[in-house]
Amino acid sequence: MATKTKKHADTAKKLENMAQVVVKFAKAKEDPGFDIPSRTLSNARFDEKKKIITMGQSVQRRNFFNLGQAKKFMQTMLIASGCKELADQAKSTSIRDMYYHTKHTIEGTSENTFDDQSESDPIIEDLEVAITSLREELGLFAENRGAMVGPMTLVDNGDTIDLTRMGSGGWAVPSIVEEDIIQFKKHSAKYILLIEKGAVWNRFNQDRFWEKEKCIIIHGQGQPPRGVRRLMYRLHNELKLPVFVLTDNDPWGYYIYSVVKQGSINLAFESQRMAVPAARFIGMSSFDVERFGINKTVTIKLTDEDTRRAKEIMNYPWFKNKKDWQKEIQKMLQTQVKLELEALSSKDFSFITETYLPEKLKKKQWLD
Amino acid sequence: MAKNAPSDQLKIQTQGIVNPMKASEAPASNKTSSKASATRAPRETAESMASKQKEIAVSEFFAKNRHLLGFDNPRKALLTTVKEAVDNALDACEEAGILPEIWIKIEALNGGSKSPAPAPAEKPGKKKKDDQPSLIEAAGTDGAQTVAPSISNATRFRVTVRDNGPGIVRAQIPNVFGRLLYGSKFHRLRMSRGQQGIGISAAGMYGLLTTGQSVQIVSRTGKKKPAHRFELQIDTLKNRAEIIVDQEVASWTIENLPYAEGGPEGQEMDHGTEVAITLEAKFQRGRASVDEYLEQTAIANPHAFIHWIAPDGITRDFPREVQEVPPSPEAIKPHPYGVELGVLIRMLKETDHKHLGAFLQEEFSRVSSKVAKEICEKAGLSTNTWCTQVAREEADRLHAAIQNTKIIAPPTDCLVPIGPQQILKGLLKEIKAEFYTAETREPAVYRGNPFQIEVGIAYGGNLPVEDQARVIRFANRVPLLYQPSACCITKSVIDTNWRNYGLSQPRSGQPEGPLIIFVHMASVWVPFTSESKEAIADYDEIRKEIKLAIQECGRKLNTYIRRRQRIAREGQRRHIFEKYIGEVVMACGKMTTVDAKKLYAQLQEVAKARTATADVQFDEDGNPIKPTPNAGRLEGDENVVVIESAVSDAAEAATEEILEPETDDPKPTRKNAKAKSKGSKSQQDLFADSEAA
Repeated sequence: MATKTKKHADTAKKLENMAQVVVKFAKAKEDPGFDIPSRTLSNARFDEKKKIITMGQSVQRRNFFNLGQAKKFMQTMLIASGCKELADQAKSTSIRDMYYHTKHTIEGTSENTFDDQSESDPIIEDLEVAITSLREELGLFAENRGAMVGPMTLVDNGDTIDLTRMGSGGWAVPSIVEEDIIQFKKHSAKYILLIEKGAVWNRFNQDRFWEKEKCIIIHGQGQPPRGVRRLMYRLHNELKLPVFVLTDNDPWGYYIYSVVKQGSINLAFESQRMAVPAARFIGMSSFDVERFGINKTVTIKLTDEDTRRAKEIMNYPWFKNKKDWQKEIQKMLQTQVKLELEALSSKDFSFITETYLPEKLKKKQWLD
Repeated sequence: MAKNAPSDQLKIQTQGIVNPMKASEAPASNKTSSKASATRAPRETAESMASKQKEIAVSEFFAKNRHLLGFDNPRKALLTTVKEAVDNALDACEEAGILPEIWIKIEALNGGSKSPAPAPAEKPGKKKKDDQPSLIEAAGTDGAQTVAPSISNATRFRVTVRDNGPGIVRAQIPNVFGRLLYGSKFHRLRMSRGQQGIGISAAGMYGLLTTGQSVQIVSRTGKKKPAHRFELQIDTLKNRAEIIVDQEVASWTIENLPYAEGGPEGQEMDHGTEVAITLEAKFQRGRASVDEYLEQTAIANPHAFIHWIAPDGITRDFPREVQEVPPSPEAIKPHPYGVELGVLIRMLKETDHKHLGAFLQEEFSRVSSKVAKEICEKAGLSTNTWCTQVAREEADRLHAAIQNTKIIAPPTDCLVPIGPQQILKGLLKEIKAEFYTAETREPAVYRGNPFQIEVGIAYGGNLPVEDQARVIRFANRVPLLYQPSACCITKSVIDTNWRNYGLSQPRSGQPEGPLIIFVHMASVWVPFTSESKEAIADYDEIRKEIKLAIQECGRKLNTYIRRRQRIAREGQRRHIFEKYIGEVVMACGKMTTVDAKKLYAQLQEVAKARTATADVQFDEDGNPIKPTPNAGRLEGDENVVVIESAVSDAAEAATEEILEPETDDPKPTRKNAKAKSKGSKSQQDLFADSEAA
């Protein structure tokens, strides 16, 4: 991607505007600042029509000459200038790279511009919403996380990849999966299965579940990163493949499903290009213990935190009006136990791939 | 009164005076020896004892108990001598309505080293009349004066104090300087520095006792009148002055002592008094020294011009800052509440009034005929009772009746406070600080005596930050240098909670920080704990007034300290902004074409403008205040002076610790998120997208 595209030029223009704003304010002897949409729960709305979480209208002013914001303002300008360099050179880099690129000691002091990557990452998100340029457009990516296999061929950065021949590790999902990098070719998949854990995904890959079931299996090592979510969105929307989510039976698992389906609060602005409102929750359900006669000894007692979280999720607007979900979470609270995917191995190592999932799909025991 | 005493009488008299002191030491040695051989001493009979029992002259009593008057040790003796002479000089000038100008010169008359020291006070430029020594020097009989002594080893000094006061008429000079308890001040209830009339004659007596040298006085009462020169000695047995020399002096000029801007050297002294006392003493600088006394005197008496010539030749002038003589205080009659039983009995005996009613009405203040009648009735007496017939028990009842009768407080117009403006001027000229405030309370009353408290505070500037605050105490404009812990003023300072005013204060201690606390008590009768007038007795009424005055000043200090902090904080804010401006300009430079220098200057300007106003929008009570920079409630208060240029870095550094970083950022803090992320599946984690980590 060494060629400079229109996207690069657009981004560069937006970033240059930021600098112009500062110059303009300084000239008028005013405090430079810009509005940054709030990425807080209070500014997250559930769009009933689109069934996704969207960002509200509330913005937060970030001024230079405000003691609480001065440093952040300076950091935002630094990140912006780094991104401008990237755009000008038509390059992309990791967010960690950007952290090091902009980190230095402020002249004449012992203070660093950034002390930790945890300082620069939120600044990048601020910049994304401030100039409505996605991270991908800014030329930034996170570390690759997640893997995928299935009956499908795609082109990744010019290389054709046959996802049926990826060995035991699978194809590593890149952070940026936009059309200019990833193009889908032919496929014979009927659906996409997102598995919460890499270890469980390995079982599915080893048992060649994707071959038998004609599906794409993908994992994101816990909460799926933006690359995995964006890829699922594209697969779902471009290839019309349904999405199923398989997670542990605990509140965290419910939330992973929630993020895939509706989007997250922190990145509410990305929901419309990542959320898959049609995604279905295939497991594990609190009712599965009885359905599959799972030994009580492999269940785990809910912690107080789990109970609190479960109640909270129950009250999310997108779960509140769904009877099945209310029943599901009610059941968990009632039994006071949670279950890991691996607990199914108490029956048999391949119980999950050979019995559990096919049966659930067949009986349509999913939640929407 | 002898006019010119023969010179041989000097020797006789000297011996006569020195002897009693030796005698006082003798019994002490007898006592120890008598313990060893108790049987040897013959028993006394009533008759043999009666032969030894005789009247003790007041002056003899003080000769033996000189510590009561502040002559405990050589160092203190020097200070007390200066103090008594200066106090008298100031009193005299003020009573006569003259702006005081006072010269103080101390010369060392002996010392270990024989190396010649520069002749004190004779500055090279002014040294032109060497052949004509001052009157006192000419009269001096001690040959030691020609030897230049080493100051620290010197044990014998001559103290000369000259004022431009009204002078003393010739006939009174021997009484004023040669008799103890002789003066104009004891018989009246009037605010003045001296109270009993002991001071200067006691100093003269001390000099005589320790060096055998007579007190030398020159005084002149007017331009057309001749100056008189006296040499006096005190007969301790008779409490009378022995006149050694009594001369008329043709010309009395300002010589060998520096003079104020007014007159040229050699100018005739039209009026004034000079007293010189030779005494055994020790000269030291530092705490409770002559220097400190004069410094503090200059603070409390900004209307006086003081010239000070130390024995080491260092001269120092305390210039005049106020050009008006303080008004002369009125004398008042005692208030009945303040009269003790013994005094009442004595007054009854001495009064010229025949009837009790008239006595009460005329001898006391605030006693009307109605009140007199009430007192008499309560005591079971009549207003027509003859004063001479009031018996001991009746006087007792009368005393009790007075206490039980409602009498209005004594008049307070007899008090002349220094005044806040004058205190400020005094503090300003002698203390280099950045913040000054002063407060004069309304008069109050203790035991029937009206009094008034004044407090001044100087803060910051060059004052030491680490040390305990310095408390300087004054009674009727006289500095009190000894016995601070016994004094009501010190107790009141400790009793005040200074932490309320932004200062640190150890438990039951004085506050700490760059602070000087000036406390003045003006009263017709200052209740000293001893005759040497070193500490004020602890009356509840006095302590309450002192604390109230301190609190008033403290509140202003607090406002100031907070404002300082605010300014320091603003400086810090500006510093933060300026630190980041470079980064922002550099970032902008990378994104677009800018004139970096211009942008830098513009941003800096904005930063300055923002920090000048940003913090001053609300005062400490949360009330919005005027948008002008630095406007606060101290502005417009004429009892507050702030020297902006004196604000030291040290003071700012001291306030920095108190600074708390502001958080204007309403976003949920990252700190929280970080702390929570340790828990594997906490709420924050659930919300956070995994890629952010």
